Amino acid sequence: MANVPGDLKYTREHEWAKREGDRVRVGITHFAQEQLGDVVFVELPKVGAKVTAHQAFGVVESVKAVSDLFAPISGEIVEANAELPQKPETVNKDPYGKGWMILVKPSNAAELDQLLTARQYEEFVAQGGH
Amino acid sequence: MVPFGGWEMPVQYTGIIEEHRAVRAGAGCFDVSHMGELEIDGPQALATLQRLTTNDVSALEIGQVQYSLLCYPDGGIVDDLTLYRLAADRFMMTVNASNIDKDWRWVTEHGSGAQWRNVSDATALIAVQGPKAEALVGRLADTDVTRIAYYHFAEGRVSGARAIISRTGYTGEDGFELYVPASDAPALWSALLERGRGDGVVPVGLGARDTLRLEMRYALYGNDIDATTNPLGAGLGWIVKPAKGDFIGRDAIERVRTTGPARKLVGLEMADRSVARHGYRVLHDGRETGVVTSGSYGPSVDRSIALAYVASADAPVGTPLGVEIRGQVKPARVVKTPFHPSRVKK
Repeated sequence: MANVPGDLKYTREHEWAKREGDRVRVGITHFAQEQLGDVVFVELPKVGAKVTAHQAFGVVESVKAVSDLFAPISGEIVEANAELPQKPETVNKDPYGKGWMILVKPSNAAELDQLLTARQYEEFVAQGGH
Repeated sequence: MVPFGGWEMPVQYTGIIEEHRAVRAGAGCFDVSHMGELEIDGPQALATLQRLTTNDVSALEIGQVQYSLLCYPDGGIVDDLTLYRLAADRFMMTVNASNIDKDWRWVTEHGSGAQWRNVSDATALIAVQGPKAEALVGRLADTDVTRIAYYHFAEGRVSGARAIISRTGYTGEDGFELYVPASDAPALWSALLERGRGDGVVPVGLGARDTLRLEMRYALYGNDIDATTNPLGAGLGWIVKPAKGDFIGRDAIERVRTTGPARKLVGLEMADRSVARHGYRVLHDGRETGVVTSGSYGPSVDRSIALAYVASADAPVGTPLGVEIRGQVKPARVVKTPFHPSRVKK
């Protein structure tokens, strides 16, 4: 299946996580943005906010639906994508690049290793993605 | 595809925003065959319809269409509809898909002076909407569609199928709604998309149908109007004609006209891109004043827009209000509607 970059880790809630030195960048996958449809609003936490693995950290809203965003790992928000409030459609156009959502300073490095690999996520999606 | 009132319908073909923009820029085709069609005839048809509906049927000429309401005795709304006059004593009423059974029971019980036929299952309806709609339908029709005025119709053939060609729609653009026998619909649909491809004509789903009508402030039964709303509060006083004579709900509506409606349906614009949705509370200075009935991102206006009932005192254009979204009150204000200018061929 296309559009599951091999160098990222994934969750069953269709988020991706990318290690960048001692930080982790997070967004939603191509499959997620496709299921959502046109994204019209993204609600992200403020810098300094704490996030907890598997708990909601924000909201992504499309024309037809609202979905929670779930943190793949625990930690502190060091950056939130400032482009998304004005241009939410970036999530659809470039979900792994310019459509990134938060940059996290992880509190527990081991959590990243517990996420799905690209191959595991591909299989998960092929089986329906639930 | 999603289940919708007993039908399987597409929310989108390619994308809601893309389809919405394609309609306003070129043209789009909507399969709205799920809607209901009731035929009325007999020497008492006119009188029966006058008693059942709010608009003045005696002003409706053969070949003309009017938007109207069926109301309950307390002034609540049974359904909104379009009424076609096919002959002196023959009419067709187009009703919402979700209300076909309810409307049928209502009209046969309260309109027994005429003969009613429910032809919904035998009738397909395809809407072609957008600035390029006239050219496309004209290419396929055996009648000169440029001569059909807004809220009028002609009977003819489109791509060989017998059709009522109606210059009506739910988008605010010029366009037509084509009523054809159900068995002719698939071929007509294909012909429209085939002959329209060069003009960028696209199929359009329910998602864009909703964003297009919302930008025009067209009511959606179940969201903006229902049995608990009266026409005056909904801003539909223009299709209520008490001078025409008595009709079901007339007295109740006239009482509201005297006192003024307690709440009014207004257009809201959100300050940011937060989406106000059906059921969200509306506040004025921290005090609850109403509720959102419809809301979405409007692609043509590039803003988050909504319709909401608010206390009449809070209804004037410019009033700052708040919409409670997931526990947070987001700023909004009352704006004029329609949110986007109408381009129907008046």
